[in-house]
Amino acid sequence: MLRQDFSRGDPKRRNIDYRKTQFAEPTFKEIEYPHRLNLYELPPTADITLEQFEQWAIDRLRILAELEACSFRNKSLPETAEHMKPLLEKYLPLDTNTSNSTKLAAERQKDHYSHFILRLAFSSTEDLRRRFSRVETTLFRLRMSEESMRERNAFVQTLNLDCELVSDEERTKYKDELAAISGAKKATEEEIWYKVEWDRVPELVEGRRVFLKAGKAYVPSKEQASMVVAEFTKRLDRSLEMTARALPRLDEDDRLSPILDHLSKNFITPDVSYGSGTSSVPGADISARNIDALSSQFPLCMQHLHRSLRRDGHLKHYGRLQYTLFLKGMGLNLEECLVFWRSSFHKFTDDTFNKEYRYNIRHAYGDVGGDSNRRGGGYGPFSCQKILTEHPPGPGDSHGCPYRHFNLENLTALLQSTGITDRSVLQGVKEDKESQKFHMACNRVFEYVHKNEIKRAKDEGVMTSAQLETIVHPNEYFKRSYLLKNLGKVNSEDVKMEG
Amino acid sequence: MPHSVSPGSRSPPTTTEETMADVAVPTGDSQATDVTMAEAPNGNGDENKDVKLEDLFDDDDSDDEFSNTKRAQNKASSPAAAPTSPIDVETDFKASDPEIMRMFYQRLFPWRYLFQWLNHSPTPTNDFSHREFALTLPGDIYSRYNSYASADLLRKDILLKMPSRFEIGPVYTTNPRDRKTMRNQSAFKPLSKELCFDIDLTDYDDIRTCCDKANICGRCWQFMTMAIKVVDAALREDFGFKHIMWVYSGRRGAHAWVCDKKARSMDDQKRRAIAGYLEVIRGGAQSGKKVNIKRPLHPHLSRSLELLAPHFQGDVLESQDPWSTPERAEHLLSLLPDRSLNDSLRRKWDSAPGRASAAKWADIDALAKSGASRNLDSRALLEAKQDVVLEYTYPRLDIEVSKKLNHLLKSPFVVHPGTGRVCVPIDVSSPQKIEAFDPLAVPTVQGLLAEIDAWDGGHVKKEEGEGSAGKSLQDWEKTSLRPYIEFFRGFVLALMKDERVPKVKREREEGGMEF
Repeated sequence: MLRQDFSRGDPKRRNIDYRKTQFAEPTFKEIEYPHRLNLYELPPTADITLEQFEQWAIDRLRILAELEACSFRNKSLPETAEHMKPLLEKYLPLDTNTSNSTKLAAERQKDHYSHFILRLAFSSTEDLRRRFSRVETTLFRLRMSEESMRERNAFVQTLNLDCELVSDEERTKYKDELAAISGAKKATEEEIWYKVEWDRVPELVEGRRVFLKAGKAYVPSKEQASMVVAEFTKRLDRSLEMTARALPRLDEDDRLSPILDHLSKNFITPDVSYGSGTSSVPGADISARNIDALSSQFPLCMQHLHRSLRRDGHLKHYGRLQYTLFLKGMGLNLEECLVFWRSSFHKFTDDTFNKEYRYNIRHAYGDVGGDSNRRGGGYGPFSCQKILTEHPPGPGDSHGCPYRHFNLENLTALLQSTGITDRSVLQGVKEDKESQKFHMACNRVFEYVHKNEIKRAKDEGVMTSAQLETIVHPNEYFKRSYLLKNLGKVNSEDVKMEG
Repeated sequence: MPHSVSPGSRSPPTTTEETMADVAVPTGDSQATDVTMAEAPNGNGDENKDVKLEDLFDDDDSDDEFSNTKRAQNKASSPAAAPTSPIDVETDFKASDPEIMRMFYQRLFPWRYLFQWLNHSPTPTNDFSHREFALTLPGDIYSRYNSYASADLLRKDILLKMPSRFEIGPVYTTNPRDRKTMRNQSAFKPLSKELCFDIDLTDYDDIRTCCDKANICGRCWQFMTMAIKVVDAALREDFGFKHIMWVYSGRRGAHAWVCDKKARSMDDQKRRAIAGYLEVIRGGAQSGKKVNIKRPLHPHLSRSLELLAPHFQGDVLESQDPWSTPERAEHLLSLLPDRSLNDSLRRKWDSAPGRASAAKWADIDALAKSGASRNLDSRALLEAKQDVVLEYTYPRLDIEVSKKLNHLLKSPFVVHPGTGRVCVPIDVSSPQKIEAFDPLAVPTVQGLLAEIDAWDGGHVKKEEGEGSAGKSLQDWEKTSLRPYIEFFRGFVLALMKDERVPKVKREREEGGMEF
């Protein structure tokens, strides 16, 4: 395997070229795995067969792909854990020290090796690196949360996280503040607090889960996990960079390269694959003046944007972006899109429109902007995942997902105004919202609105069940909605064409 | 500081020529000039002689960054001097008038301190030369990735291109001008930038009643005062930042520049963390309750509440009267937890239309105490009331500005093209000073140019009497911009002092030991 950390060796013998030593006999032939968790600092050195190489990598890839799917479906950590449990047992079992399993060493070796194989496969591009690091972090967090307190502490001790214990003196000084963080008054007396630079725990700072004073974060011991996770991500990101730089030297190896290539191709995102080509609807009149008519087929988020636009004659930045890209995904071309926005912003003068808004729209279509933007044809339409998780709406904004970003009364009012008054549907939406299953709510509404057509489509076998699976993209919503609505018409046209 | 133009060689002939031209102007005559003559303390032919004299003295002053000649005085006077009140000026002459802007950049803009501020050292470093400047050129051309090796080159280019405003971006790995010539394009990355915050009063439109859109008045500026207090306290006390400069954005908002070395080098994730830490008001127009925070209150929030509570009574309840109409009062009720209490409040308010918001706010507690609701959860009510206070006072940040390393933000001291006001720093060293800042009294570019003329006029007279030339002042020192530039200078000096590496001294010490 590839070595990444070229140790500098003894400083007094610095003149020895490290390149000459890199093929020297490795000092660690067999790595011991005292802990279940692994920060993957040292690369493996023992020999494995090519078959093992491929099989182990594929097994881990299955897990990672499933983890990513869970995050797309917006599952919480406990839900993901439950979902992953059988899969992990099947493909990547990892028993605890107390389990007395005989396969302990083999399991850990597989975990270790497969991680490094995928590191090779996913270090080539920025995008792959980011995704790999994200899902590996999820996996690590998952395992960490299952770990018993004792094993976790033993593991953490080996990490050398340099963090200072908060002294008793300071603990009494900031008694009230610390109590406010931990949430319980008594516990602070016994609880252990760590003091670190705040930028070591950005996640905790963002969620206001630590006490800050003069640049230091006071971290309660229960949040230590997140410190370890942050450390894991930091080290992984750094070594992925290193791997990427070392990767070209692997080109000469004709045994591994094809396998690695194949692996990374199998790790595609549903997100990226949604280009404008796949979502356009055949036969539909997609033009600026037809948007009003089509808007009844839009998912709720886009209907809301459309209504806000018609009501105010204006949308704020992210609203415009989300809506423009949706329209683009529908197949509305740039000229029509500019016509649409121009006529919608009727309160503005031509001059203001050209100055303030025109460029953004053209940028979204890749008509202007940097080289990569133009070559890439602008941005892709936002998926539900993106709408749900990125850029939550602020005051005066109307973008986002109504199921998530509206309160219940406003959501119900909006649904009713689009003609959904069925009590059971509204009740279902309410429950979905409470359990944070926003996709479910949206799909529930879709199924209710199109219940007759879906039934017909299924009966006639026009659409396969694969075509009717859960919607995770606003453009898919529209496309399916349009196809179902025009089920008869499209077919009859087809017949005519044939005849 | 390098001086690209040597003052001595340039001036004497130019001055003579221009003075000659100036003499010609009154005879050629325009209305505006007539006004000037009337307004200027001693505006007549005599003045022109003195002008020449003073010019010569001025040129002895080696600092030509702020040219303080009166070369173009009559030209400047014609647009600027006519009316005295700045508001009237706006109606007469647009601040974006290229001639006025040229004057401003030439005579008033603090180039040297801007340079030192971004450079963190008196001698040019990469911190300045790899810094992106984005210029908004006439005709709404937006020119990005400009960079300059020194303050003089920046000044020259600005005077050449005359942007209506310019923005400051991050320091890049290489000179932004050379980004296309690099072999490896992806190596062109932003390295560091001040941590910035942008607060805009338009985001307060759903809670302010006095103004909307781009308009502001003294009453709604109070929201900005509160915002500055809260954010400034958090940045200093919690994160330990020291060099924080607040700048009036020229119309309806304020920017904060956190310039500490540690803040500048933060990556996007850390910026996001700070932004998230400070962000409390979340949710769009339709999300109902915008404040959702967990209890017990985080120390940052309890401190913020303490800072905001006094403002809430005076600046919100009394001054804004936010729940005067039934619809707005209904929004208040939707934020309170207890249904039967809400019903009795609604009855009470319906029977007394026009009841003041302060009275309505007091009603909540009064009715709760009188037992309007049998199973009232007084804790939930208290928390809901805290949330209401936060929703109506807590800063509403334009969070995207803070999250990204490569976000551009308008430079301090440029002129807002719409209002003509200069983007001046706000002194936040004490709560009183923050409260004392009045955005409507900020100097406008037209007013400043008039002040120079007035000062020169007055001074000339005095000099004549005393017979001494006195020490020459830079132009900004003659105007009401002076306190702001002095404040900026102090800020920059403190920053540079902290950045200075005490390397030289140590080396010398070691040298002494060895021999």
